[in-house]
Amino acid sequence: MSFRPDHEIHRRRLGRNIGLGLTLVAFAAVIFGLTVVKVTESGPIQGYDHVVQPGLVPQEGTQ
Amino acid sequence: MSDIQALDQTMPRPGEAGFGDYVALLKPRVMSLVVFTALVGLLAAPVPVHPVVALASILFIALGAGASGALNMWWDADIDALMRRTARRPVPAGTVAGGEALGLGLALSGIAVVMLGLASNLLAAGLLAFTIFFYAVVYSMWLKRLTPQNIVIGGAAGAFPPVIGWAVATGGVSIESALMFALIFMWTPPHFWALALFMKDDYSRAGVPMLTVTHGRKATRAHVLVYTILLVPVAVGAAFTPIGGPAYLAISALLNAGFLYGAWRIWQRNEAVAEADGYRVEKRVFRFSLYYLFLHFGAFLVEAALRGFGMGGW
Repeated sequence: MSFRPDHEIHRRRLGRNIGLGLTLVAFAAVIFGLTVVKVTESGPIQGYDHVVQPGLVPQEGTQ
Repeated sequence: MSDIQALDQTMPRPGEAGFGDYVALLKPRVMSLVVFTALVGLLAAPVPVHPVVALASILFIALGAGASGALNMWWDADIDALMRRTARRPVPAGTVAGGEALGLGLALSGIAVVMLGLASNLLAAGLLAFTIFFYAVVYSMWLKRLTPQNIVIGGAAGAFPPVIGWAVATGGVSIESALMFALIFMWTPPHFWALALFMKDDYSRAGVPMLTVTHGRKATRAHVLVYTILLVPVAVGAAFTPIGGPAYLAISALLNAGFLYGAWRIWQRNEAVAEADGYRVEKRVFRFSLYYLFLHFGAFLVEAALRGFGMGGW
């Protein structure tokens, strides 16, 4: 069963749907903000995904 | 889903809930007090918190408080319907179904606790989970209908937010946060008993064993005075801890003198006098008690701000 966009229930529940939509957008914004802060506060991050890290390669004659 | 079921869900129902009804389920006025006291606990702590983390943490503490409010409304719908003060709440009014309130309360509790744990630390999340459990289960389901000491012990639920705010910042609990807890805990009984004195028949009609119902109004008046006397050293004593200072002491001294005077006047009056003037003193003391708590926590905030300029404290 599918509703047509102009079904009566859409108009009746418009306020509720808009409220819920805004709440979810605000929640996503909070999560995004938190993620940015947590990542930037945790210091420099290095990835080790198949990339040679020159700093970790043993230099000749150092051992 | 059968056609009849689908039709039933799309038919307009009398008093269908709007978004505002779901917000009302979270007791926004109680939430505002929770937000304020938790924020003071967070800002008064000696450890700075990133503004975004602070904002998110306060939001999730408020959400947890709202969730416990929804659980309380689900459980208490039968007695809320009998009291004038609460009869228009969404569940007793019939706009939100009891099961929906329960589902929303449980879901938001889980979201609030998990998100607070991720935003700040596990201790703060654990304290929030305990607060929700204490308010919904210990107070609402167990004590409220069992003992006239219901709000004395149940008041602990309202006293936790500044402790959680402090835990968000410091990751621990200390004497300062315990004092903020004690201030709200000791303030709750005289505040609610002043309300119970002029909410004449509400509690007895609902069969809630409020002190006014079980021990009478004379005893309640004496209890208001005794608990206010017990509150004073807690409130004033906080001035001499690291979160207090001269500004707090001055504000607290004035407020406690006012509250003591009000409680003493309540104790002196009897029902005939109170009824003759429409419970003027009781209503005034109840209103004053709201300012009392707000201004005490405002004073903590003033001291914290002064410390920021190197001036607060002793």
